Parts: sequence; C-alpha cells; structure tokens
Amino acid sequence: MYVKFDFNALCKKVLDEKLKEQGLKYRLLNFGEVEFYESFTQEQHSVFKKNLEDYGIEIIESQKTALVQKIKDAIVELVFSNETVPVKASIYIAEKLKHSYGYLSNLFSEVTYTSIENFIILQKIEYAKELIISNKQSLTEIAHKLNYSSVAHLSTQFKNTTGITPSQFHKIIMKRRKAQSLVINSKMLYE
Amino acid sequence: MNKEFLNVIVVDEDEGNLIFFKSIFKDLKVGVKVQCFTNGDNLMEYLNSEDALIPEIVFMKYEITKKSSMECLEEIKMDFRFSNIVTAVYSHLLSEEEIESVFVKGANIFIKKPEAYEPLKKILTEVITINWQYHTSGLNIDNFMMKVG
Repeated sequence: MYVKFDFNALCKKVLDEKLKEQGLKYRLLNFGEVEFYESFTQEQHSVFKKNLEDYGIEIIESQKTALVQKIKDAIVELVFSNETVPVKASIYIAEKLKHSYGYLSNLFSEVTYTSIENFIILQKIEYAKELIISNKQSLTEIAHKLNYSSVAHLSTQFKNTTGITPSQFHKIIMKRRKAQSLVINSKMLYE
Repeated sequence: MNKEFLNVIVVDEDEGNLIFFKSIFKDLKVGVKVQCFTNGDNLMEYLNSEDALIPEIVFMKYEITKKSSMECLEEIKMDFRFSNIVTAVYSHLLSEEEIESVFVKGANIFIKKPEAYEPLKKILTEVITINWQYHTSGLNIDNFMMKVG
C-alpha cells in the first residue's frame, strides 16, 4: 500500500491543535504564518516551542529567515500551481514579497547557500519526480505541465541536477518498490 | 527549519581519505560536523547505541570491511529511527549495473570518487549544498537521488 500526504493540510492540522491547547486567540494566515490577538509570556513561548518541536515544526524568529521562508513558499506555490503564471519567476517573487529581486536574491543566497534560480530548478525536478513516480502522465505531459519547452529540455535539466535520466530514476524507484513488496510478502509468509 | 550545521558520518578504512573529507568539510560555507568510522561494524554499533547523534548524512566507501556497505545500507533503510538519514556511497570502481543496484538498495547518492583533492572538493561541495536544501526545505528524502563524479 502506498499513501500520499498533503503536507500542507497535515501541518495546518497539527498547528491548529497545538495552538488550541495553548489557549490563546489566534488566526492562521498563509502557510506557516500565525497571527495572535494577545501577547505571549516568555514561558508560554518556550512551552509552545517545545510542543511543536516533537512534530518537526520550528518557530522562525529572525526576520531574514522568515523572508527567505516566504521566498521558498512563493517558489513552491509557483512550481506546484496548475496554472501557468504569465510573468517571469523573478518578477512574480519580487511583486509578491514587495522587495526588489536583487535584494531578495542576495538574501536568499546568503541564508540558503544556493541561488533562487537553482532552488526553482530543484523544486521543479522534485515535482517532476513525484509525477514520474505516480505513473499517471507521460514525460511529455509532465514537461508541458512544468512549463518546459520540450521533453528534451526537462530530461537535460533532470540529468544535470540528479546525474541520472528520468527513465533511470523511474526504473530504480520501481525496482525498490518491487524489492520492498518482496520483503513484506516474505515477512507475512513467516509470521 | 533553522539548522545551523549538518551532522555527517564518514566510513572509510583509509585514514588518508578520512583526512581529505574532514579538511574539505572544514572549508565549506555550510557548517559540517564530522564523525569518522573505519568499518561497517563500528558504524552500526554507533548508530544503534542509545546516545548516538543521528546524522543527516552518512558517507560510506563501497568497499568497507566487517559489515559491508550494502549490509549497513539495508539496516539503515529498515530502521524507522534513521528515516531522515541521507545515504551516500562512493567508489571509483563500480560498473553502471552495480551503481544502479546501490540505488535500488536505497542509497540517495553515488559518488564516483576522484583520487585528487580538488575534484573531490568540488563534488563534496555540491553534495553538501544540495543536502542542505533537502534538510532545510522539507524535501522528500525518499525521492532524493544523485549521481556525481
């Protein structure tokens, strides 16, 4: 059995429950942003922080990291959205975050050790991998969905990023699944 | 996530290689804390010990002794506690078929390891930088596959 996660929904649910436990009035804004209607004591803050840590959720404190997180969220939204955005990624990000692209781009590299351009490619390739594994669309369809001019363009970028081709990737994942199901079957046989 | 550095383990019986790795990691922009082991038994003993610090990445030479790298890989992949570890295997001898089977066994990264310092440094810089993205942006480690060198 394979399950698919909606990380967004999952995280929101956890956050919502943990915030309710805390007994403070709040409002969930965009992904990963919470607005409080009353102020925190230092102790409440550290209890809350501790409670969230168990779920791998961290409170982002610094302005810079928060802004970088917003850039990442904008990129994920851009890549994973099903609508084609008619503007260049740099313009989209700059307009969305209301800062100049030059400023955002420098800040991003400083905090993440990679460029916005490379991060976009990485996210696109991650999305391509998910689509390849789900076996529902051909590579041509995937290339089109991700706004590549051709399959060749997607394949080249995939190979440059991962060192392997999309079909090698698919083959390896399928072999892994086969091996895993063999392990599970033999376990069931002996138990 | 607000990580400050990556915890990394390197397993290689050759002290010279371990020194190479350590000195390269020291020069990187991304902070790296390294621990070294010289064979597969020592690695698994450490990981299974109660006070082990679970690393973000394990680099293993393909040809390590006692427990083989493939046995270690299998054990790491089967244990839920280790589900966030990225596994990297390196060698300069493997055929394409052998490399594929390393990936099928669950390795995330295969490095065709160059002998010289500078090309190795270039590769490790690339590997660490992309790992940083995986570990700080919540990317899916199961789909992380990278072949370099």
